[in-house]
Amino acid sequence: MTIRLEAVTKVFSGVARPAVDALDLTIEKGQVCVLIGPSGCGKTTTMRMVNRLIEPTSGRIFVGERDVTKADPVELRRHIGYVIQQIGLFPHMTIAQNVATVPKLLGWDVARIKARSEEMLDLVGLDPKLYLSRYPRHLSGGQRQRIGVARALAADPPVMLMDEPFGAVDPIVRGRLQEEFLSILKRLSKTVILVTHDIDEAIHMGDVVAIMRDGKLVQYDTPDRILAAPANEFVADFVGADRALRRLSLVRAADAVEPGGASDGFSLPGSLSMRSVLSALLAEGREAATILSEDGQPLGRITLAAIRVRGAGTAVS
Amino acid sequence: MAGWIAANPQIFVVALQNHLWLSGIALVAVLLIALPLGLVLTRQRGLANAAIAIVNILRTVPSLALLVIMLPLLGTGFLPSVVALTLYGLPALLLNTYTGLTQVDADIVEAARGQGFSDRQVMMKIEIPLALPVIFAGIRTAAVQIVSAATLAAFIGGGGLGELITAGMANFNFPQLVAGAVAVAALALVVEVGFAAVERLLTRQVRMGAA
Repeated sequence: MTIRLEAVTKVFSGVARPAVDALDLTIEKGQVCVLIGPSGCGKTTTMRMVNRLIEPTSGRIFVGERDVTKADPVELRRHIGYVIQQIGLFPHMTIAQNVATVPKLLGWDVARIKARSEEMLDLVGLDPKLYLSRYPRHLSGGQRQRIGVARALAADPPVMLMDEPFGAVDPIVRGRLQEEFLSILKRLSKTVILVTHDIDEAIHMGDVVAIMRDGKLVQYDTPDRILAAPANEFVADFVGADRALRRLSLVRAADAVEPGGASDGFSLPGSLSMRSVLSALLAEGREAATILSEDGQPLGRITLAAIRVRGAGTAVS
Repeated sequence: MAGWIAANPQIFVVALQNHLWLSGIALVAVLLIALPLGLVLTRQRGLANAAIAIVNILRTVPSLALLVIMLPLLGTGFLPSVVALTLYGLPALLLNTYTGLTQVDADIVEAARGQGFSDRQVMMKIEIPLALPVIFAGIRTAAVQIVSAATLAAFIGGGGLGELITAGMANFNFPQLVAGAVAVAALALVVEVGFAAVERLLTRQVRMGAA
């Protein structure tokens, strides 16, 4: 389902400057759109207007063909998945009851809810037999966040809103969860708005990244374009001086080979990112590496010179 | 003491019944006022500060003073005693209801709203269940306070076990006095233990999930 914001403005009472200022934004069906920017840029407010936890002052918001500003907010929210940073699992309910929240609100029958809950736990990689009867406090931070996502997905909403969904988990767990959640969201072709302040997360998770400042969109583009051609100094600063390296991390070695092999036989697996290839070449003092497929067949080579060409052109446009 | 009760079962039973009626009606009144009022105050934070200030003043008034103040207003007897006891028990439950509800984690309420709970469902399924242990502690405190303070109703003709004490003092009848005193103490203890048991039973699920 497409999400479309048209000239959406939010002015909080007692604050002169609009929190969100005449924002236009379209997110295509099945895309993950990451909203990012410094604190107070309006990213969270923007997201929360989509399920009307915050009422826009003016403008229109469409989820699919439905104008959400005219919908019943309670009914609307039952069809939009919602995951928050603090997870917000209900501590007095079991995991089963937590996951069944929206299906129950929608009046599903008991058998269907039970089957769906089990399916959801399998989906997020937790054994239903072990976890459904437990309470949230029995779970680790990462496991709770998995349940938070399972709960949001339970009624199969076409649209998901995720407010810093990895903020409460430690960095090691975070990387794995990002990977897993992204593959789940892609497999189910959900349209997603994800709010974060972590540029690496934005680049990794986003099909499109919306960089916001003072309630306005500064740049709305693919991660590669944002890294390659920051719209202005603000974006360049925001994505960081190492944006060339970040950009290399978006490309898999197997997708960037040129014909040939390394003369000295130095080889690396194709699943590495270009950034890792660069790192390995520097560490080993090599000029080139033969890139191997998963079954060990040479695919071609990557040279330092080629990496230099790829990394170039990331100056502010 | 036991001898006095055995010799005057009629007097003792009437006093005990009276005491239970006084306390029971006052407690029900406290529940009927404090629970909805506490809930309303969480939705009207401006009003809440004023209400809590008033209740805190009420809390500092000694129980005997509260009963005696009723004399010029409502006269003597059962009703003024019940009114005084209601006012006496009110602060504990009102404060606990308000505190219990406002202490519920804002993220949990936000998550509930975001999943599509209506305001009423947020209240019934999230806020009240999570506040229940604190609310119930308030009910228990109010009940014990009321049962103890009901002893003083005898001073304004409200009856109850306090009459055994005042009469015992007036007539130098120590067995009667002690019978009244011990009965009140025992009753307060029973109420405390009884309510604690009910509390454990009713808040089992919340405690299961508590950290």
